[in-house]
Amino acid sequence: MTEVLLDAQDVTVRHGQLVALHEVCLHVAPGEVFAVVGANGAGKSTLLRTLAGLHPTPGRISFDGEDVTTESAHGRVRRGIVMVPEGRRLFRSLSVEENIRIGQVNARPGSWDVAACYDLFAWMGKRRHERVSHLSGGEQQQVAIARALVANPRLLLLDEISLGLAPVIVQQIYRVLPTLLEQGISILLVEQDVAQALRVANRFQCLLEGRTTLQGTSADYTAQDVEAAYFGFASKDAS
Amino acid sequence: MIWINAIVQGLLLGGLFALFACGLSLLFGVLGIINLAHGDLAVLGAYVAVALLPSVHSNALWALLFVPPMFAIFGYVSQRTLLQRSMDSGPLTTLLVTFGLSVVLQNALQEGFSADSHSLSVGSLVTKAFHPDSSISISYLRLGILVAAVIILVAVQLFLGGTSTGRQIRALSDDVEAASIVGINTRHVAGIAAGIAFLTVAIAGLADGMYAQFAPTSGSQLLLFGFEAVIIGGLGSLWGTLLGGCVLGLAQTIGAQVDPTIGVLVAHLVFLAILAVRPSGLMPAAVEA
Repeated sequence: MTEVLLDAQDVTVRHGQLVALHEVCLHVAPGEVFAVVGANGAGKSTLLRTLAGLHPTPGRISFDGEDVTTESAHGRVRRGIVMVPEGRRLFRSLSVEENIRIGQVNARPGSWDVAACYDLFAWMGKRRHERVSHLSGGEQQQVAIARALVANPRLLLLDEISLGLAPVIVQQIYRVLPTLLEQGISILLVEQDVAQALRVANRFQCLLEGRTTLQGTSADYTAQDVEAAYFGFASKDAS
Repeated sequence: MIWINAIVQGLLLGGLFALFACGLSLLFGVLGIINLAHGDLAVLGAYVAVALLPSVHSNALWALLFVPPMFAIFGYVSQRTLLQRSMDSGPLTTLLVTFGLSVVLQNALQEGFSADSHSLSVGSLVTKAFHPDSSISISYLRLGILVAAVIILVAVQLFLGGTSTGRQIRALSDDVEAASIVGINTRHVAGIAAGIAFLTVAIAGLADGMYAQFAPTSGSQLLLFGFEAVIIGGLGSLWGTLLGGCVLGLAQTIGAQVDPTIGVLVAHLVFLAILAVRPSGLMPAAVEA
């Protein structure tokens, strides 16, 4: 295994005339939690979607030493890059269990299966036959995480998993992360909540209008430093 | 009793309409494609049987063994090439492409088979019927078509609800991008859905060819009835499709019972009335188990 699990170089994404990401670089090491923070429209979700294979980029993305820049989204899932998308994006016509099982269609071999998810989220097994539309936002988020886990990811991309949820529910969801790290899963998360991101991440990167404004280890910066970069008051700092 | 017979004949005719509408409903429900070539594909299926059966007197039931599988492959390949490319360019392009396909098929069939009508022979089955009552006649062929329609709709429902590929198709119909995110090869799965839709349209085309005469330009009329059945039942709802087919068949035969010249008109009027009262159809639903 290489020391860098995911390496993204010069990732640029255009939506028509708009440059959503401008030559963004980042790397994620095995076993770490890496956070991407920034305000609305900073390009965080676009970055994650690009890494997941949903946007083409002229840059270079390699995973475990292999170039995956042009690989399809489902091909990246097979390699172990799995995303929990913003807004959950569950399949409304499928039950809880069907939603989770659909995550196994291109899964890597590994220890995560439906039963393991039911162990992780105790309520889920009892409600496995319910339509996901009957679940609360927090429960839906947990189903979305379970759906990603059964693919046995090596790198989990979490896009705004706290968005629209009550703080107590957010804490419940974040409490799962240490378990995932123990299982060898690396995490790249996107968050608007800087304090929350810095609490769980080893390193972070702050984006503003598609460009990196600050990056480093979470221990070296206060939430205020990062928030300044978040709003464009700090210059880029190498980690 | 003649009214009961009209109802029975309407239900039997509804089976044929439902068979036509099944593929249309599946393509729309899963892929969002309004396939304007659907009727012409059904006619093509019948002509493939004409071309490949050893003689015009061969029993066309044999064609059920090879035409539907050929169309399943044709559907998969069409989706992966023509339809997927048009879908990538937007829904209007897809509409234009299927309209273009319809024109090409009609002209190609006229070129290859002339504008003359054809029919598929099923031997004495076409005239065999049983009579539960002196005024009620149930054709074995028409009953077989209705049973086939129900079996196909049940099979498609079971496939969508009970298999991994079926779940992937339903996921695709819910959210294509999310399907891609969870690892589904969306183009391959869309190809399978199109393959199933084309398979059912081939069966519908063969059934129609056994039931009535067909010509290269018959597809437009078939498409119209298929659309009406889908819209009456509810877009994307497979069970609604069966209901829509039966409503349309009943309207046509009951109308014809009143006056033989107005049967088709009554069916179209019932369609318009339902569209006005319940625009989302009688059983609106996404394709789901």
